[in-house]
Amino acid sequence: MSNKRIDHLDLLESEAIYILREVAGQFEKPALLFSGGKDSIVLVHLALKAFRPGKFPFPLVHIDTGHNFQEALDYRDELVAAIGEKLIVRKVEDTIVAKNLTEPRGKFASRNALQTYTLLDTINEFRFDACIGGARRDEEKARAKERVFSIRDEFGQWNPKLQRPELWNNYNGKIHKGENVRVFPISNWTELDVWNYIKREGIKLPSIYFSHERDVIEYDQQLVALSPFIRLDKEDVVFKCKVRYRTVGDMTCTAAIASEAFSIDDIIEEIISSNTSERGETRIDDKVSEAAMEDRKKNGYF
Amino acid sequence: MDILRFITAGSVDDGKSTLIGRLLYDSKSILIDQLRSIEKASNKANGEIDLALLTDGLRAEREQGITIDVAYKYFSTPRRKFIIADAPGHIQYTRNMVTGASNSDLIIILIDARHGVVEQTRRHSIIASLLDVAHVVVAVNKMDLVNYDETVFDIIVNDYKEVAASLGLNEVTYIPIAAITGDNITEHSTKLDWYNGEPLLAFLEQVNIKRSTENNKARLYVQYVIRPQAPGYHDYRGYAGRITGGSLHVGDHVISLPSGISTTISAIESGGNAIDEAHTGQSITIQLADDIDISRGDVIVKKSDLQPIVSQDLEALLCWMDTRPLLPGNRYLLQLNSLTVPAIVKHIGYKVDVNTIDKTHNPATAELNDIVSVTLKTASPVPYDKYTVLHTGGGAILIDETSYATVAAAILQ
Repeated sequence: MSNKRIDHLDLLESEAIYILREVAGQFEKPALLFSGGKDSIVLVHLALKAFRPGKFPFPLVHIDTGHNFQEALDYRDELVAAIGEKLIVRKVEDTIVAKNLTEPRGKFASRNALQTYTLLDTINEFRFDACIGGARRDEEKARAKERVFSIRDEFGQWNPKLQRPELWNNYNGKIHKGENVRVFPISNWTELDVWNYIKREGIKLPSIYFSHERDVIEYDQQLVALSPFIRLDKEDVVFKCKVRYRTVGDMTCTAAIASEAFSIDDIIEEIISSNTSERGETRIDDKVSEAAMEDRKKNGYF
Repeated sequence: MDILRFITAGSVDDGKSTLIGRLLYDSKSILIDQLRSIEKASNKANGEIDLALLTDGLRAEREQGITIDVAYKYFSTPRRKFIIADAPGHIQYTRNMVTGASNSDLIIILIDARHGVVEQTRRHSIIASLLDVAHVVVAVNKMDLVNYDETVFDIIVNDYKEVAASLGLNEVTYIPIAAITGDNITEHSTKLDWYNGEPLLAFLEQVNIKRSTENNKARLYVQYVIRPQAPGYHDYRGYAGRITGGSLHVGDHVISLPSGISTTISAIESGGNAIDEAHTGQSITIQLADDIDISRGDVIVKKSDLQPIVSQDLEALLCWMDTRPLLPGNRYLLQLNSLTVPAIVKHIGYKVDVNTIDKTHNPATAELNDIVSVTLKTASPVPYDKYTVLHTGGGAILIDETSYATVAAAILQ
């Protein structure tokens, strides 16, 4: 053994690169699902490390709900231009029109559930056999049970009782026609690992991760940004607040947190001293029931 | 800071989930919203929270109070990042335990202080020994229910020493704990003042996990060949993979297996940067001095290191993981890292009773959760290591060619 210290971020990075290269080696038509959030941004960074000076053996795919933060969209386009890789965008809006789907109603009418339709249609359209995503096991308890290579049937369904055992470094990506695999290279990373890695690598992020002033309302103890996508009621009080986003999802289902964190160091400090979890603090969509994530995953969600 | 991966073995009754919940809770890895959510779900009359609910994530598990599958949990202290594989302990879940143990540096075997060493303890220890898990921690739990009695602990330690000796488990550490009350988890318990060793978490923080046996066996299983279709890169061929078992340097003489062709490393890159040397665990890309035919599944080996075995006839211990039994003569795919090759199971030599380690010779089949010794014939030569020599060179799987299910863990001998 050499004296060179390989620390936990090096190990996590090498493991993720190993998984990305297994995808490249095992599948015909993989794709990397890119949301504009920090986890998928880290995935792109890892893919650069895994495949340069070659091109990515997969396109980036963005399932656009139409409820995105503009900052995240701008970031996406700048990133794609900078790395010179292919981006495929499919819009939930188009699926709603084409399939006569019903738009959800209510105060925070989220297209989160409809996203799954567009995703499955996109998988069919391009015959993707593997979709790489940035989900982590520390995010949520159903995710804690998910494999790195997660096999989905033709309906995109996850069957937690029929998962393939993952032994040593062997990832079995063999599938039948119509099935696909969701691949999670950063399964073993925690939120703090992601931030420490972003810091170490000097990865640029969309501006909304950092403290900025925004018009918000308070709802169920969470701060929600004013946007055309949420319904404003009489009792809502709009006020200005210094906020940042701890996760970046749709404007309808992601809450902001009051924060003065202007730098990555500030953010790391803030997370260490925080006493609530990432999804617990900012995801309106997880609060539906105890098994909200498990149910969505069974239906084809990430 | 490095990473310690460990597995906890024990049934729900031994307090395994409570122990994990306790480690997460005491290392402040449980946050308020997660705590609130399990408080809501806890049905305890005395108002105590049920720490086991932290690990049982699926609806069916919470409803039935059981653990179905391997769950992974994470926590950190300033000294280490910890990855816990939480696997159910009953015999019908042997395959889950084998899965969790395959990537673990350490196993915590829980023993209920009231019951001592039981059949299940032996089974978990046998699996730890088959998978060559480097360290065993025997956590004698529920000391609160035996009045923190030293003699109870001593009797269990003596009983377990016999088990360990019979299985060749050398690195065993014994710690008395009470997971439910937190005694001896993060801090020395005053109720266990007769115990002079470290509390559990302190032990996990400092235990040495480097395997000296894995030095000087540098291998790179080629996963992918990088060939940029770009000006300036016409002759570039980068062999991408993760190095195991040693180190590679620019200028090293290497052999490509199974072909046996020799060449020299002309460049090593890590994340796009040229480096002079790379070590176990690193994902790298290497370039070679000669233009030889190397593709995914080939293995690049340092010439001066111990060489892998290259053979079409392999001996393996299988842990059978499919509901359909193994029949001798069946065809499967053998996957070892990036290498996949058709293989026939020629013969089942014996079956290991996981409760007694007794062998039954020449069984007709292997059923779900059985551990059997087999001979395999592969369609082409496979470069591999004996598992005990290098885990990453000898830990493989069998895949059913028709269902594509992973049907066995294969420990190459």
